Amino acid sequence: MISRRIIPCLDVRAGKLTKGIKFKGNVDIGDPVEAARQYYEQGADEIVFYDITASSDKRDIMIDVVRRVAETIFIPFSVGGGVRNLEDMRKVIGAGAEKVSVNSAAVENPQIITQGAKAFGSQCIVLGMDVKKVEKSEKTPSGYEIVVEGGRVYTGIDALWWAKEAENLGAGEICLNSIDADGTQDGYEIKLTKLISENVKIPVIASGGAGKPEHLAEVLTAGKADAALIASMVHYKTYTIAGIKQFLTERKIKVRNIW
Amino acid sequence: MIAIINYNAGNITSVARALENIGQKYVITDDEKKLAAATHVIFPGVGAAGEAMAYLREKKLDSALKNLFASGKPVMGICLGTQIILEYSEENDSACIGLIAGSTRRFPEKLSFGAQALKIPHMGWNSVNFRREHPVFAKIAKEAEFYFVHSYYPAPADEAVILGTTDYGIKFCSVLAKYNLIAMQFHPEKSGRPGLQILKNFCAWRGK
Repeated sequence: MISRRIIPCLDVRAGKLTKGIKFKGNVDIGDPVEAARQYYEQGADEIVFYDITASSDKRDIMIDVVRRVAETIFIPFSVGGGVRNLEDMRKVIGAGAEKVSVNSAAVENPQIITQGAKAFGSQCIVLGMDVKKVEKSEKTPSGYEIVVEGGRVYTGIDALWWAKEAENLGAGEICLNSIDADGTQDGYEIKLTKLISENVKIPVIASGGAGKPEHLAEVLTAGKADAALIASMVHYKTYTIAGIKQFLTERKIKVRNIW
Repeated sequence: MIAIINYNAGNITSVARALENIGQKYVITDDEKKLAAATHVIFPGVGAAGEAMAYLREKKLDSALKNLFASGKPVMGICLGTQIILEYSEENDSACIGLIAGSTRRFPEKLSFGAQALKIPHMGWNSVNFRREHPVFAKIAKEAEFYFVHSYYPAPADEAVILGTTDYGIKFCSVLAKYNLIAMQFHPEKSGRPGLQILKNFCAWRGK
């Protein structure tokens, strides 16, 4: 049977990791290619790069990073952030990424999902969703709303409606980020994850709030997530991917244990 | 020299990078002469069966593949490349190349494992239950997992060609082998070290 995926997420700005990542011996690593290699060797099932480069003229640096990552690791990886159109997707995929993730660009222009799926196949197109809990209303009957610009701007779009819409438009996967849980290390937003995952057929990656292995166990069982995104808990060496996988295996959650 | 068949269908760069990593020389080509000159041929692919078949026919690569198979040269199919060597695919209702009798089918709409509803596409790491040994799968641990991403699966007519099966709500043929042909639904080029080992084994295989 299929394993649940554990996916470290790396934030990159102008070709450098935004926060250093501690590896063996507490060496601080700022190079995303080297960090990807280390996580690959430590059993990551996939890697997500999030490009937070503000100025568009520096975006091509990311393409070079993607190319070097593709030469170094032999597991799937995706790139999100700053992907605005088909041409951006073509660059990222052409450089060797398996998947591109679109977030606010898809909110502005949902057709980008369909265009991307048609050009590269659904499996290449990940919809990134940033979600905040709100009062249930006519506009947001699920009680969750899509936000953009790091949670500062409310879009008036219901999160559940958007997930289903993206699936219909051709997205192959959803990366579901709870802005409320993000950075807290208090656990994933289980209710939200379960709601979305049970209502779409495509896989859902839970994101935001991971602080300890119990959180992953919870989101992969009660939350019905197909995969779990992790950041700080491995970047700062509090846990290793192998350690997390061992914990999940003991809890009878199937993960890949040979790499 | 390994030849990767270039037919406008996806993950060719990934396969090339993996071959570079294991120190293999390769050429990416749609020229039948170059394919015939290669020692080994890889037929990769991501995408839809209909478009892929249209392109292959236009470039006469469907008949080239038949000739390569008949020549005894080792041929490897990957993902879509595995699905369209069968006779027919339910995807886009497509007639396919027909190196192997049988068809490619879509996963049933309702798939489950115990109480767990399963997603389509089948995306992620899964294992293969091998029915017999094969040189291309030498030195691969029984528990090894491979990266899959697909909504359709190969269903060969002849059970004897099934080398391995994978469980995803149903049991499907994930690796098939016949003479000098080895074909897998998963992506060895994205399956970490075990995947690279498969590519290494293939490059050393004589097709017998």
